[in-house]
Amino acid sequence: MVTGPFFLILSAFLASTVEMVEALTIVLAVGVSRQWRSTLIGVAVALVALAAVVAALGPALALVPIDALRVVVGSLLLIFGLQWLRKAILRASGHIELHDEQAIYERELAASRQAQGDARGGMDWYAFTLAFKGMFLEGFEVVFIVLTFGANAAADGTGSIQLAAAGAAVAVVLVTSVGAVVRQPLSRLPENKMKFVVGAMLTTFGTFWGSEGVGVVWPGQDAAILAILAFVLLTALISVWILRRSHATPVAGGRPAVARPAH
Amino acid sequence: MHFLKAFVRFWYDFIIGDDWVVAAGVVVLLVVSGALARASMHTTAWIVMPVGVVVVLAISLRRATSAR
Repeated sequence: MVTGPFFLILSAFLASTVEMVEALTIVLAVGVSRQWRSTLIGVAVALVALAAVVAALGPALALVPIDALRVVVGSLLLIFGLQWLRKAILRASGHIELHDEQAIYERELAASRQAQGDARGGMDWYAFTLAFKGMFLEGFEVVFIVLTFGANAAADGTGSIQLAAAGAAVAVVLVTSVGAVVRQPLSRLPENKMKFVVGAMLTTFGTFWGSEGVGVVWPGQDAAILAILAFVLLTALISVWILRRSHATPVAGGRPAVARPAH
Repeated sequence: MHFLKAFVRFWYDFIIGDDWVVAAGVVVLLVVSGALARASMHTTAWIVMPVGVVVVLAISLRRATSAR
């Protein structure tokens, strides 16, 4: 199915973009307030560690029997996808605040400036640690998606871990390049919309592969993926609509206002 | 011991996240779908999955919004 590789690359690219934007915010705050050399070394070490995880686990996943791979990896993908989708729906409906990169940047900047120095061997170890942790933790979610999505796609013959990694790598290069030029958090990116789409795709593929692993036979085989995706997206959009309507807006005096139908 | 706790905590937060109902619901859905598939009830099995996913999502959203 042609759409298989397309969704694989798109999911990896979008997820990687969102996570790298969050990592960029942390890296910028630390680099601006502390020492760039130590910060960038921390980022580089984190990227090497993440690449090592992919290189080690990728071939290992290829050895797992296909049904077991589909069940375990498919269920993890489905859980992950539902988490992303759930949060995106809550943000889109106003029940939790949208992710504010600028506010996070200012908070991290203030914290870094206040932190005690820890310079040994010419390295600012505070800057190194923060940059490493930020890049590694944000990047780990991408690695998780690359490995799970890529491994299942490889088992299906519709993609590979390398293809997913390529999608992620393009996003890393893009975000890094833009970040180096603007030197500010990329707060204008429609992060929540991207998480919404990625969440829907991970939920779709997790549903399809996880259930195939336990023996479910889908009508139309791979073509069912498009129907599942349409169903998931529609459900998610209806959820946002319902939750927006039920979300009461506080008025002065603290009592929530309840919308009354116009007569 | 501290490292072990932190390691377990990391994976719990990573996999389970904000709501354990999502993870538990997915496991239940796969068990039920698998049982239906083994009983050769294929139509019911593939319908249960997407409908069940929507139910799990709805329950999780309800829990998140009613807690606020």
